Amino acid sequence: MEFEETELRLGLPGNSGGEGEVARKRGFFETVDLKLNLSSKDVGGAGLDLDHDKVKGVQKDKNLLPSVADPAKPPAKAQVVGWPPVRSYRKNVLASQKSMSDESDKGAAFVKVSMDGAPYLRKVDLRMYKTYQDLYDALGKMFSSFTIGNCGSQGIKDFTNESKLMDLLNGSDYVPTYEDKDGDWMLVGDVPWEMFVESCKRLRIMKGTEAIGLAPKAMEKCKNRS
Amino acid sequence: MRNDRAERMSEDDDHRSQPSDLDFTTNKARNCSPVASGSGSGVTEEFQPTYLDEVLDNVLENVLDFLTSRRDRNAASLVCKSWYRKEAHTRSELFIGNCYAVSPDRVTARFTKVRSLVLKGKPRFADFGLMPPGWGAHFNPWVMPLARAYRPLLEKVHLKRMSVTDDDLEMLAESFPGFKELVLVCCDGFGTSGLSVFVRKCRQLRVLDLVESEVSDDEVDWISCFPEGESCLESLIFDCVECPINFEALERLVSNSPSLKKLGLNRHVSIGQLYRLLLIRGPQLAHLGTGSFSLSELAPHGDQEQEPDYASVFSACKSLVFLSGFREIIPDYLPAIYPVCANLTSLNFSYANIDAEQLRPVIRNCHNVQVFWALDSICDEGLQAVAATCRELRELRVFPIDAREDGEGSVSEVGLQAISEGCPKLQSILFFCQEMTNAAVIAMSRNCPDLVVFRLCIMGRHRPDHVTGEPMDEGFGAIVMNCKKLTRLATSGLLTDKAFHYIGRYGKLVRTLSFAFAGNTDSGLKYVLEGCPQLQKLEIRDSPFGDAALHSGLHQYYNMRFLWMSSCRLTHEGCRQVAQALPRLVVEAIGSPNKENMEMDDPVDTLYMYRSLQGQRNDVPEFVTIL
Repeated sequence: MEFEETELRLGLPGNSGGEGEVARKRGFFETVDLKLNLSSKDVGGAGLDLDHDKVKGVQKDKNLLPSVADPAKPPAKAQVVGWPPVRSYRKNVLASQKSMSDESDKGAAFVKVSMDGAPYLRKVDLRMYKTYQDLYDALGKMFSSFTIGNCGSQGIKDFTNESKLMDLLNGSDYVPTYEDKDGDWMLVGDVPWEMFVESCKRLRIMKGTEAIGLAPKAMEKCKNRS
Repeated sequence: MRNDRAERMSEDDDHRSQPSDLDFTTNKARNCSPVASGSGSGVTEEFQPTYLDEVLDNVLENVLDFLTSRRDRNAASLVCKSWYRKEAHTRSELFIGNCYAVSPDRVTARFTKVRSLVLKGKPRFADFGLMPPGWGAHFNPWVMPLARAYRPLLEKVHLKRMSVTDDDLEMLAESFPGFKELVLVCCDGFGTSGLSVFVRKCRQLRVLDLVESEVSDDEVDWISCFPEGESCLESLIFDCVECPINFEALERLVSNSPSLKKLGLNRHVSIGQLYRLLLIRGPQLAHLGTGSFSLSELAPHGDQEQEPDYASVFSACKSLVFLSGFREIIPDYLPAIYPVCANLTSLNFSYANIDAEQLRPVIRNCHNVQVFWALDSICDEGLQAVAATCRELRELRVFPIDAREDGEGSVSEVGLQAISEGCPKLQSILFFCQEMTNAAVIAMSRNCPDLVVFRLCIMGRHRPDHVTGEPMDEGFGAIVMNCKKLTRLATSGLLTDKAFHYIGRYGKLVRTLSFAFAGNTDSGLKYVLEGCPQLQKLEIRDSPFGDAALHSGLHQYYNMRFLWMSSCRLTHEGCRQVAQALPRLVVEAIGSPNKENMEMDDPVDTLYMYRSLQGQRNDVPEFVTIL
């Protein structure tokens, strides 16, 4: 009996962790009257009371051994329609929660965002975004007077180019910076996005001119990279 | 004997089976007149009502007004024809437990002054995908008859498991301009466009509660459609509406609703937005569904202080007794609700994936909680925390985060035992788990004698007591034996006929029974059908019961609202015989493959049968055969 063999059950081989269940299923086939009175008591090996009682409890009259494959019943571990009986509404809600958290399976990564000159702080969950561009867009919406200038259109490439970087920092536009795990203030965009999300502790949107102080570090990184 | 039958005859439905009705009134009619008019003749239709008759008639009408329980009213209506008529003309709250048990025309012909209607459609197993879509339970055939008969009185409609269309909503609103209360539970078929029309036209609307219903997103801003200006809205619950809403419009609406006591927000309302609503209406709210309890993706407009002090706004919610929501909870924000915990009588965390550590500081303060719903993410430790504090607990529901048979189990007999020891007043429990023991169930039966509802779902089919390997017969047996008030039981795990024997022997008050993957032979079902006189609703799936078992319940089926048996051992012939024996029963074979070439031995996938005064319904889909 195929499915019996593949069933994972505690119990001695040949007998039956599963016999109780499978034997019960025999009950479905009332026209097939197997009274084989075998084995459930002569459990292969140590007559475990466990199995004995179980089978006894299950079968009042018959000890049936399955000998006919039951094609109508699915293999034991296949999911059955409507079981367990949880309303599809609830299942859907929990499933969508799960998929959202799977995407950010390490949990949310909230960081404070401050902008020079703005009276309020904000908080963002970095895991909500997949690229720097997404982050810039979101920050742009939050601080509506904030323009990222060249960063927006060209992404991180500018930071690898020394001269372009100096141009940027000499402008009056704002530049996003962040404090990393080591407590250092860095320019946003230096590192691959994932690494940034891991290491960023807080964000600060500075005026370009103020960020010049960070330039040497950025320069070093550029040099190291090239 | 006759009284007996009257009692049994549908405390739920408002109809009685025809034969006894006629029987009764024919015999009693001549004694109807309170004044012995002395004529003594068998024919009483011609008698002239005296002045005294009229006075007493009036008295009767006034007295009947005081009867609110439908069971009492059903009994009163059986006394004689005059009482029947008077009762029918004074019944203002109508309850119809099965929309197919009686036709709309018959209802409106009998009851003339209905203000409130409760109508239920599909059987409960339809919730789990066991009923093909399009089976029925449409509200549409009811709308016009209701509009004709009950205008302008009808002001409240409560539907459960029915299909309601946008047109139905529109017609309802147009027919009853003074409409006050609409409650839709587990319904479908409508969308935000229907809602928008409905709320626009019902200017006296007090209650709009949408609970676990499927609402299609027609991209209509229905919240804006509430009338401008002061509103008499008392309850607005839309947790289940899966579409984004216009928050500014909601804020305005809440602002204009001084009587608002209940507010249930959907997951598109962020915690920041919740904050703003609570600033307006927090102190008046008794019932709150918090929405997502998380940050929104988009930044709200306008200046904002640093992260608002959520706890302070909650501490102003002095009237709050019912708290739910937490649809996408960020557990960091949980401390915000600490201020309200002590007043809560009902706390619903059943969409909140929180663990015991996160639950503990909340539940520690919930001394008055009587109803607690949660996910099994709280684990046995969480249940122990509940048991340690919530001595007043009446109802517990623990749902599985991972609703699979072979999933990870987080709660077990340890949690159940703890609850039984800490919460002796428990009346109702729904408990999903992967493993259980008889010992814990027996303990609960002893520690919680007030149990009325016991629903245990061991998610693995045929799973025995995981410690002893025994079937779960003894556990469930103890429940029916020791819990003398038990009216509802749902079983699971490995069960033999013995369990059914116990239920039939001791479950004398049981009205609703649910079985799945249980039992060995026809005897099991026989025990129950023969032993449970109060049985109203019987749901069975995937259990080895055949035609013989079905036939053993013939004496019972007119007393029941319905019987559901799916994936059992029934044949068409067996079911047809029942249909023949009981003409007032509608016997539906659902999912029958081929109507024409039906072999009598063909198994019946799903049997759904119910008593009915209207006979075969006229909206039978092609996958249903009425036998």
